[in-house]
Amino acid sequence: MAHGHDHHHSSHTQVLPPDKAKINLIWKTALILAIITTMEFILAFTVPRGTLLITIFVSLTLVKAFYIVGEFMHLKYEVKTLIWSIILPTMFIMWFIVALIVEGDAILFMRESVLKNY
Amino acid sequence: MSTSTVINKNSNIWNGGVEPLKASYGKLMMWFFLLSDTLTFAALLITYALSRFASPTFAGDIKDFFPSQTWWPIPEKVYTHIPFTHIPAPLAFVGLMTFILIMSSVTMVLAVEAGHRMDKIAVQKWMLWTILGGLTFLGCQAWEWTIFIKGTEEGLKLADGTIIHGANLTMNEYGPPLFADLFFFITGFHGTHVFSGVLINIIIFYNVAIGTYQQRGHYEMVEKVGLYWHFVDLVWVFVFTFFYLV
Repeated sequence: MAHGHDHHHSSHTQVLPPDKAKINLIWKTALILAIITTMEFILAFTVPRGTLLITIFVSLTLVKAFYIVGEFMHLKYEVKTLIWSIILPTMFIMWFIVALIVEGDAILFMRESVLKNY
Repeated sequence: MSTSTVINKNSNIWNGGVEPLKASYGKLMMWFFLLSDTLTFAALLITYALSRFASPTFAGDIKDFFPSQTWWPIPEKVYTHIPFTHIPAPLAFVGLMTFILIMSSVTMVLAVEAGHRMDKIAVQKWMLWTILGGLTFLGCQAWEWTIFIKGTEEGLKLADGTIIHGANLTMNEYGPPLFADLFFFITGFHGTHVFSGVLINIIIFYNVAIGTYQQRGHYEMVEKVGLYWHFVDLVWVFVFTFFYLV
């Protein structure tokens, strides 16, 4: 992350040549994202629906999120405090998702047992 | 400029001059805005997950699936249409949309990279590609909505004998009305984000073109709008999984 503030009032700026290593990393990340999306697409039609497939989908999504946030949004290269102030609240959201899926299951169970009894 | 740096050298880190967390004020605030936006999107997606798991699922084999308001639909049985064709291609169109948005994220990060090198021409080029990608995605989404709202020719026969076609906020031929509501709210809220993203990208592109950032000496605004744009892509990755795959 170049901090351009230092050359604030420089009258003319020099165009630097493309950073090959950086650009390669960008395209590599794009390729990984495309491959994972294709994999998800294929899995949707080949693996029977169930807990296993949902787990695979969610894990692959988290891998994609890691690459987008880490590489594209550059969070991987920020200061540790900044990384954790973003990750920690997100972890609570993950817990919330799991908690309410379990809750949803419980509601379904209740609904079905009520229907059976009447 | 240089004098202020000298003065601040011995003073407290929070008194200015030094950037806490080694990120500028604007970038830091963009991160925390995105975090708050995450909470909003999480609320919508969690509502979807809860509703889905609280609704009955189709008991038989996936091949025999037929839509009914009694059970939650299977996404690959709902989104099967590609514009201009009549061949059923489940999830293909939405897969293409995902690819377009990821590619526009790539061109955005290339614009940021060019900004670090003060390469105005390259920033312009990649910003234009990003705007084009965003507009294409919006166009696809408008199409996706039209298909969903219009529905199939057969429609769905309700218990009282009436036949309904397509979906709106109160009726839904594919499943329970709640499914359609959540479809409109979640993809609509995301689409609004893409739309604002495109607008902001156009403003930033204009500023790049007239040389505002070249004069300022850095392209940090491109980085900030880039953060927002990647976030929109990130949300779509989650919408794709939870709405179309699971």
